[in-house]
Amino acid sequence: MSAIERGGQAIEVLLVEDSPGDVRLTQEAFRDANMSIHLHVATDGVEAMTFLRREGIHAKAPRPDFILLDLNLPKMDGREVLAHIKEDESLQTIPTVILTTSEAEADIVKSYQLRANCYLSKPVQLMEFENLVKSINSFWLTQAKLPPQG
Amino acid sequence: MPIEVLLVEDSPGDVRLTQEAFHDANRSVRLHVASDGMEAMAFLRHQGGQSAAPRPDLILLDLNLPKMDGREVLARIKEDASLKTIPTIILTTSEAEADIARSYQLQANCYLSKPVQLDQFETLVKSINDFWLTKVKLPQKKQIE
Repeated sequence: MSAIERGGQAIEVLLVEDSPGDVRLTQEAFRDANMSIHLHVATDGVEAMTFLRREGIHAKAPRPDFILLDLNLPKMDGREVLAHIKEDESLQTIPTVILTTSEAEADIVKSYQLRANCYLSKPVQLMEFENLVKSINSFWLTQAKLPPQG
Repeated sequence: MPIEVLLVEDSPGDVRLTQEAFHDANRSVRLHVASDGMEAMAFLRHQGGQSAAPRPDLILLDLNLPKMDGREVLARIKEDASLKTIPTIILTTSEAEADIARSYQLQANCYLSKPVQLDQFETLVKSINDFWLTKVKLPQKKQIE
């Protein structure tokens, strides 16, 4: 079902992003666009995997409906996080969208080879960044059918 | 540069709607149509009469198709090293959870259900264009294959 059809349940989005400024922009843009989103933030690749595997302090973490993943992260790089997600039977169906500053063709191709659902490059300008987050909300969290929970 | 989109769709009405909506939204789109699963695979593998077929930048794939079902086409695309990076969006009437789950398991990039209403269908095609053909970075067609 589309995310907004889940009978009023929140849409759980995991943002994996180490830049505090970009985290804040994303939080605000989602909040403006869609009040049903619970945005969770992991600031490095190791924390992202801990969240997804519901380990340690994240033992009660919800399973995300959707993941936004930066490539350049401390501790464990986003490419490795992507590979782990898409190799894990219990995680691989979660739509995982790369959202990164890199526009390098090598990064784009590699991400699709690692089965990223799509690849977006972060605009430098504030308004364009907000518009991009809103269009992610509009396309992925409103129109697209996401895999059923569980 | 034209954007090559392969639409795999057996309903002539839906083909026409999709053609018109893309035509309105984006003149750079070249829409190719395969009306069954086997024709889709021939197109993608440059086989038979399709030897000059361009590699698509994006595939829109219905699930319920004659000759070879869309689920099988999806599986074949995503198992093929030379095709699997092409973003493949399911665009189908089915809203069945089993179909949605299965499509993502088979590595569909995204799943959309076709609206019944004409204007909503057009809006959906336009949003596919706005998001996938304007904002998303698609893999370039360097010949890895």
